[in-house]
Amino acid sequence: MITAAVPEREDYLNVSHGLKSWLLTKDHKRIGLLYLATITLFFFLGGVFATVIRIELLTPGGGLVSSETYNKLFTMHGVTMIFFFLLPSIPAVFGNFFLPMMIGARDLAFPRINLLSWYLLVVGGLFALFAMLAGGVDTGWTFYTPYSTTYSNTWVIATALGIFVAGFSSILTGLNFIVTIHRMRAPGMTWFRMPLFVWAHYATALIQVLGTPVLAVTIVLVFCERVFHIGIFDPALGGDPVLFQHLFWFYSHPAVYIMILPAMGVVSELVSTFSRKAIFGYRIVAFSSVAIAVLGFLVWGHHMFVSGQSLFAGMAFSFLSYFVAIPSAIKVFNWTATLYKGSISYATPMLYAFGFIGLFTMGGLTGLFVAALGIDVHVTDTYFVVAHFHYIMVGGAIMGYMGGLHYWWPKMTGRMYPEGWAKLSALVIFLGFNLTFFPQFILGYLGMPRRYHTYPAEFQILHVLSTAGASVLAVGYAIPMIYFAWSLRYGKVAGANPWGATGLEWKTASPPPLHNFDKIPVVTHDAYDYSTVVGEAVEVG
Amino acid sequence: MASTLQEQFDTEAQQKDASTLGMWIFLITEVMFFGGMFTAYTVYRRAYSDAFAVASSSLNVTIGAINTAVLLVSSFTMVMAVRAAQLGQRRTLILFLVATLIFGGIFLGVKAYEWNEKFEQHHVPGPSFHLEGVPQQSHAQLFFSLYFAMTGLHALHMVIGVGIISWLIWLARQGRFTAEYNTPVDIAGLYWHFVDIIWIFLFPLLYLIDRHLPK
Amino acid sequence: MTEHIDSIRTYALVLLALLVLTAVTTLVAFVDLGEFSVVVALAIAVCKMLLVALFFMHVRHSTKLTKLVLLGGLLWLVILLMLTLSDFTTRGWIGVPGR
Ligand code: HEM
Ligand SMILES: [Cu+2]
Repeated sequence: MITAAVPEREDYLNVSHGLKSWLLTKDHKRIGLLYLATITLFFFLGGVFATVIRIELLTPGGGLVSSETYNKLFTMHGVTMIFFFLLPSIPAVFGNFFLPMMIGARDLAFPRINLLSWYLLVVGGLFALFAMLAGGVDTGWTFYTPYSTTYSNTWVIATALGIFVAGFSSILTGLNFIVTIHRMRAPGMTWFRMPLFVWAHYATALIQVLGTPVLAVTIVLVFCERVFHIGIFDPALGGDPVLFQHLFWFYSHPAVYIMILPAMGVVSELVSTFSRKAIFGYRIVAFSSVAIAVLGFLVWGHHMFVSGQSLFAGMAFSFLSYFVAIPSAIKVFNWTATLYKGSISYATPMLYAFGFIGLFTMGGLTGLFVAALGIDVHVTDTYFVVAHFHYIMVGGAIMGYMGGLHYWWPKMTGRMYPEGWAKLSALVIFLGFNLTFFPQFILGYLGMPRRYHTYPAEFQILHVLSTAGASVLAVGYAIPMIYFAWSLRYGKVAGANPWGATGLEWKTASPPPLHNFDKIPVVTHDAYDYSTVVGEAVEVG
Repeated sequence: MASTLQEQFDTEAQQKDASTLGMWIFLITEVMFFGGMFTAYTVYRRAYSDAFAVASSSLNVTIGAINTAVLLVSSFTMVMAVRAAQLGQRRTLILFLVATLIFGGIFLGVKAYEWNEKFEQHHVPGPSFHLEGVPQQSHAQLFFSLYFAMTGLHALHMVIGVGIISWLIWLARQGRFTAEYNTPVDIAGLYWHFVDIIWIFLFPLLYLIDRHLPK
Repeated sequence: MTEHIDSIRTYALVLLALLVLTAVTTLVAFVDLGEFSVVVALAIAVCKMLLVALFFMHVRHSTKLTKLVLLGGLLWLVILLMLTLSDFTTRGWIGVPGR
């Protein structure tokens, strides 16, 4: 190579060097990568906990760890995966990186606050990490009172503080997105020309902003109760533990949509790009994101059917839960309708999109099962629920995350990943996932409760299958780690628009320059108007 | 004058709009934050209305009302500061910011005095808690748990506000604000008024429950 | 955004109104209005909030979006309160068979 003579093109990665230039960066793209590194570490940590859990469950007797340790393991698995991996995952990495680019902005509205929110996640994560190393927590990720406030002898406060701090990270990200979408769109970028990814993030940001503060205050109250022994939730002092559950789920049901809406946004991009068609019913899909965000706030009581909540409220919440399914279903139908007569290419990101659609549908439909008051009394707190939410969170959200990672990798790094390996690992993940979690539906239906490390011998076969699946899944996640790292150096150099996609992020170089565009684009077309990319090279595997 | 326009924005107006919107959204998160406590309050006041009435009547209503007035006056001085900033009147701006700081300080001082009183009267939740005239001590304790949580978090917001205003005074003295650029004063004003509004609700909810009942 | 600067007189009148309302709400609390007293207290508080928001926080002159944000936030507070109360106020409305 004779690169010495040609001055290297300046992009966001090589404008400045050194650790300081990263730790003090205000560039949304670099902050996105900081998040990527952070959450990958937490994903790994959560994965380690999961591995020990699955190994423990190989035998009915539970020989590997004690009951106390097991309680800590599933708690730390849940806390890590939910608060430190999945909640920040797509919004903080791809949202950060691509939302400004997709609307033709130079950066988010508040770059310094953006950096602050990364630091908050890190500090929150360190609190949680400290709690784990010091001895762990055993309350479950749900921190139900009075166990968490009165009885647990583990590191509840440190973990709760960690979540509190990370919550502010999430709030600030949401705030930044909302203001950016309202105030920073490029000329011509009207609301209905925005990519559906942006719409999904707008909806997500609404939830982050409206829901997270309630979690924060709930944590404050738990903190006060544990430290100062005041009795907000303590029945001995006239308090009501069910109130805790209301406040907790007011946030935490909508929070499941913080995890899934961004993935839905990614899938909209993927389905359009790889079938080269505009998303069928664009506006309806856009509004369905907002509808999910709004309706998601009206159903939290479906987590409390057996909590002592009034039967009337139970019925109301059960009824309302069915409404959330409508916009979710609309999305699934519209993606499928988009595929119809599209020129579909089976590139890796698209494989993940397919995986998402199928698995999310299963997760969503079983959501309807458990949202039915009568059925839930039987399956609540069993593996059926565990399977339900893993179908959505792992089968849905992480599939979306992986799809997005492959889709935008060339843009972020300027290099292609190896398509063959990527396809293989997508397949391995899909198979491993189903082998892990499908047996859990059956287990739960047969009566295996969640959060136990011993069980009747007749459940062993299904548990062994699940553990076997988890090993396959682990391999599936390990392969991309390797080839992504490999591609940084050896991957084929990617052009500006390797997929022939329509978004503004593809109209600038890969990797993008510091302020994203050499000149702020003027938008004249709808999102997904493929007439704008006619003739551009397409290198789809 | 050095440009106050940050590189991600095209115009000063866009920048100001963004900051204002950002502040409003932040205030909404605060509404929800306090909202969790208001919810707890509502649930328990409904359940234990008698104990809450007695407990509420043990608070000193005169002090509470005067302190409310102090806070309202501080909101007035704050809005006057914002006005001075908009008109580019530096000296007036500093004057009113200092006045706001003083009234805020008085409010916090009075609050501290009230809390201290609670400790002396054993009205602080805990083993030594005791309130005359309530059959179920735990229910009265719950009132005071909420009282301390709500006024405590309110006071914390005041303290943060005092910090912000001190910082604004420092900037104003350096002549950073002009009739064209005064967004920080403006949005700090929004914050201060918001904290005032929280107290506007806390005062009747905590101090004024069934005052007419014979004690 | 066109900046609108209110007169000192306006602000002073608003302050006066706020102080009067504070006095009223305090005095009215000593009158036996039964169930109604909390309604009056909250109504006065809402009036005060509106005064502060509309005048001191310039909502009067602000964009539609700001108003929407404000209303949305209050609506969400109502959702939190109402749906939580939908449990606590209906305990025992419907008996659970077998309990
Ligand atoms: C179609 C929409 C959905 C409905 C109707 C629904 C319904 C439910 C219900 C009723 C439960 C409680 C089951 C029980 O504890 O007995 C539940 C649990 C759960 N769901 Fe969903 N769900 C839906 C979508 C989602 C999504 C999108 C996610 C995540 C991204 C999710 C994650 C969870 C989680 C994490 C739990 C377990 C919480 C725990 O630890 O107790 N759900 N779901
Ligand atoms: Cu839910």
